[in-house]
Amino acid sequence: MSNGRKRRILIAKPGLDGHDRGAKVVARALRNAGMEVIYAGLHQTPIQIVNAAIDEDVDAIGLSILSGAHKTIFPKIMSLLKEKGTSDILVFGGGTIPKKDWRELKALGVGEIFTTGSDTQAIIDYLNKTLER
Amino acid sequence: MIKQNCMRIIGSREKVPEGKDSFRNLSGFKIMALYGPEDISPLYNESEIGLPGEYPFTRGIHKTMYRQKLWTIRQLGSLDSPSKANARVRQLLQMGATGISFCLDMPTIMGRDSDDPLAEGEVGSCGGVAIDSLEDMRNLLEGIPLDEISINFVSNSQSSVILAMFAALAEERHIPLEKLTGTMQNDILKEYQAQKSYYFPPRPSMRLTIDTLTFCNDYMPHFNPISISGYHLASAGATPVQEAAFTLANGFTYIEEGINSGLTVDSFAPRLSFFFKVHNDFFENIAKYRAARRIWAKAMREKYRAKDPRSWLFRVHTQTSGSSLTAQQPENNIIRVTIQALSAVLGGTQSLHTNSFDEAVSIPTARSEKLALRTQQIIASESGVINTIDPLAGSYYVEALTNQMEAECYKYFKEIEKLGGVISAIEKGYYARIIADSAFSYQRKIERGERTVVGLNKFVEHEETDIELREADPEFEREKVSSLINLKRNRDQALVKACLNEIREVCQGPDNIMPSLINAVKSYVTLGEIIGTMKEVFGEYREESIY
Repeated sequence: MSNGRKRRILIAKPGLDGHDRGAKVVARALRNAGMEVIYAGLHQTPIQIVNAAIDEDVDAIGLSILSGAHKTIFPKIMSLLKEKGTSDILVFGGGTIPKKDWRELKALGVGEIFTTGSDTQAIIDYLNKTLER
Repeated sequence: MIKQNCMRIIGSREKVPEGKDSFRNLSGFKIMALYGPEDISPLYNESEIGLPGEYPFTRGIHKTMYRQKLWTIRQLGSLDSPSKANARVRQLLQMGATGISFCLDMPTIMGRDSDDPLAEGEVGSCGGVAIDSLEDMRNLLEGIPLDEISINFVSNSQSSVILAMFAALAEERHIPLEKLTGTMQNDILKEYQAQKSYYFPPRPSMRLTIDTLTFCNDYMPHFNPISISGYHLASAGATPVQEAAFTLANGFTYIEEGINSGLTVDSFAPRLSFFFKVHNDFFENIAKYRAARRIWAKAMREKYRAKDPRSWLFRVHTQTSGSSLTAQQPENNIIRVTIQALSAVLGGTQSLHTNSFDEAVSIPTARSEKLALRTQQIIASESGVINTIDPLAGSYYVEALTNQMEAECYKYFKEIEKLGGVISAIEKGYYARIIADSAFSYQRKIERGERTVVGLNKFVEHEETDIELREADPEFEREKVSSLINLKRNRDQALVKACLNEIREVCQGPDNIMPSLINAVKSYVTLGEIIGTMKEVFGEYREESIY
């Protein structure tokens, strides 16, 4: 860890959907891997998430979306981050997100998408590697 | 003779060579290499297993089971717009479905209108239909004979409003309320425990549930006001035994709340039904149904003193396991759904929804939905499993698992009781903790390879399988919002205001909310407006995040 502090990750469930199994499993896996996890809880709006990320000074935001609203929610969060001058915060996502939409999301600056069946170790490795740079 | 057999089996069990794997089911029960008569004694006796259609109903709630009446093939047929959902459901009925079921989109589930800023991007989402006003209910049920077909609404926190729209529509069509059949899911307890689509704190929510229950008792005696659901608990991570125990404990809570509100147990217990998930473990699932029927029957007769035998029946709808489906090699899911559906049938379900194989990737296509429906028809007509009633009764393994499942459920009931009952256990974070633990431990087992998921951690293919995906209608949300704005503009505004004031007042007092809601929806007061007003009185619930 270059700056000597633990990595801080915000895990959030944007939108109205309450399927939080994946978000909670990932939150716990990251915590067990030594990261500081802030779980924003359910039904968060994009602005609440971005504000929480800034207040908590996180290195990355993980968004879990299973409702199909990813094409609305990711762009909003990415543009809010830009607006606030905090585009350095890494954004990654997971949930039910068809592969055909990944390119569009990544073009917005979303770092990686982990869907159903992803290994939590892969997420940990990804964060360690990407945040190292 | 039996004793001799027991000795022989114990003997041969000791001789069975054991591999290095430990064999456990999803509930964590250790499974032995061989089962024999001693494994089902001393509980093994006629009165525990009994006969189909007889107390304690281990072998099923009907004397004739599927020989006389097949389970209801009840597929969800929801699409974003009410009229599209209507067309879809008619198509499913035409293809041989025998019951219909509607689920709601996320904004409706969360008590918000399509034009609510928080609804943006989610109108018509999650394969559900957007219901804002009576107009949507009218379009949804257009041409469907409400007095002939039973209709299931996958509706929970907003059930009182949906029920009001349903009743108002029946009145509009001159159908007497007592002729309506169907089910409202209306299980608020599991919302706090797992599904998380709540608005108010548990106690006012329970009051609304009891209001709907009492209203149905008085005016809609053939309508099931609550379907006590384990499915969502299991989807959030609960193991099969936890699903069974928590669902039954929730059922007992509704019984107690009903009795406390002044109803006699036999006046409403026969209309409570259940909803289970069928997991991957074939026999464990069958044991879960058998144990649940027995526990419910015993408690209803012995503890709650129900006299009407219909109050003793654990009637259950089943859905195959969405969370067991993989995005990898999605066609494999067809096989998973088939095995699960067969297990539900051998478990004695009254009704079944089979999932579509593409659900781990997207909202199902019409083609994958049809395949799911045909899966049930093939089991029913070709496999021969329905030819005799409860073919697995007497299997040493199945009966032993059933006994074990029953015994383990009682342990959970004790824990919940110690915490002060179900609502108090919710408030103390008990369910959130247990379910998060189970979900995490399941994920770890998959990642360590202790539990195999074909295509995911074994027999993996690196090439992607291309399947056809359903495209959401990009225009729908805009159209829905603009038609709602139009509807809101063309109402009698003074009347809307008066209705909302009346709802606010009734919420503050002890009277049943249903008459005011029916009145309001007839004046096109919307679901979001009603829930918003209720929130002003009841407040909003926030859970402590436990992970």
